[in-house]
Amino acid sequence: MTVVDEFVVRVARLVADEPSRPGDHHGVAGKLRRLCTAAGRTLSASGAGVSVLATGGMRGVAAVSEPAYEPLEELQFSLGEGPCLDAFTDRRPVLVPDLSDGAMSRWPGYASALHDKGVRAVFAFPLQIGAARLGALDVFRGEVGSLTPDEFRDALTFADIAVMTLLDGQARAVPGAAADGLDDEVVGQRAELFQAQGMVAVQLGISLADALARLRAYAYAEDRALGDVARDVVARRVSFDSGRP
Amino acid sequence: MTTVSAERLATLFVDVADTLVDDFDVVEFLQMLTRRVAGLFGTGEVGLMLADHRGRLAFMAASDESARLMELFQLQYGDGPCLDAFRTARPVTNVNLAAATAKWPEFAPRAAQAGFQSAHAFPLRLRKEVIGAMGVFGSATELDEADAHIVQSLADVAVIGLLQERAIHRGEVLTGQLQGALNSRIVIEQAKGIVAQARGVSPDAAFSLIRDYARRNNRRLSEVADTIVTNLPSLPHLGGH
Repeated sequence: MTVVDEFVVRVARLVADEPSRPGDHHGVAGKLRRLCTAAGRTLSASGAGVSVLATGGMRGVAAVSEPAYEPLEELQFSLGEGPCLDAFTDRRPVLVPDLSDGAMSRWPGYASALHDKGVRAVFAFPLQIGAARLGALDVFRGEVGSLTPDEFRDALTFADIAVMTLLDGQARAVPGAAADGLDDEVVGQRAELFQAQGMVAVQLGISLADALARLRAYAYAEDRALGDVARDVVARRVSFDSGRP
Repeated sequence: MTTVSAERLATLFVDVADTLVDDFDVVEFLQMLTRRVAGLFGTGEVGLMLADHRGRLAFMAASDESARLMELFQLQYGDGPCLDAFRTARPVTNVNLAAATAKWPEFAPRAAQAGFQSAHAFPLRLRKEVIGAMGVFGSATELDEADAHIVQSLADVAVIGLLQERAIHRGEVLTGQLQGALNSRIVIEQAKGIVAQARGVSPDAAFSLIRDYARRNNRRLSEVADTIVTNLPSLPHLGGH
């Protein structure tokens, strides 16, 4: 009990000591950004990100250590594959110390995107308490190699503190609302994707889930970001019922 | 009870620490704890009370009916060993009930009448927090320091398990709230897209239509959005046909 507490206290201090930045979001999202940055530094990583999920399989990026990692974290959602999703689904850490070793067949789209960005190793830790699951913490490294036992323990502790941060934020939230700052981060930033999903569902007379699959397939085939395609759909520059996509 | 074997004690501690099972049930767990502790004593019975979030004690479990009555007497009449252990956060041991009428005017005579000769009680505590107390009611059983230590340790281990269970339960409730809140935002965006497409308007204009419809019909926005994504045809005003 005491030993575990010491780790939590030490890692919590690392997060608390992390200076805020001008662009930081308020509330929980800002705290998670500092956690990602502290985790990245402590774990000798090039970047880290926290993704949170809503019911119905919708996931969203809550925070990243550096803006450059936002698209990488987001891409897992666009492609529907990646270590964060696996860690969440399997309820256990996903450790890939060498991306060139089997990851290409596991996540064909995501692994090559990581490789293009200079990521050589990736580790993902589920954010969970009991049977409840909140999301995952991703740690990206520019060099091949495993986490040391100490780093592994620290990473799990960062994940625990991310859970506490989310739950404490939710405990203070207005009834019916999400923890302060998370609404905008997780949903607001991607509002157009959800709107496009609704529009495509009506255009083709299909379910929302199928509409998302069609949007993903289109983005993949055209080699474009899912968010950009969604914006075009909402602006009616792209329509799925005119025979074009 | 000083004759408990190390092996038996080890099993006991494992049982008491085992709260991380899928179908964990607090009452069953405490029931098991009282029976196990009573088993240590041969001629003793054990009862347990827990405090709610306002610090009010309530009966939780007992090894038998007589111990349940002892717990209820204390709660009803406001004195007794468990209340003392709860209040002081310290164990109360080896109180001879026949000579305890000054100490517990209500509880002592009733316990003696029920056939008990001695009483002990142990706080259920974690650091500074006391969440309840466990009473041991016996015939002339004397507890030495080692015995008292074993029982207190069992109580401490049980508390860790209980608090863990409480933390997990809170986590599950809050996770559900967070996911529900995020999800209702997502559904509203999807509903905007559906109405925008069906009515040939912008998402912003679609939102106004949805909001006005919700107000006119005295329905919650998220509820209307839910209906749009699941059953648009039932809402002809919003684009259903």
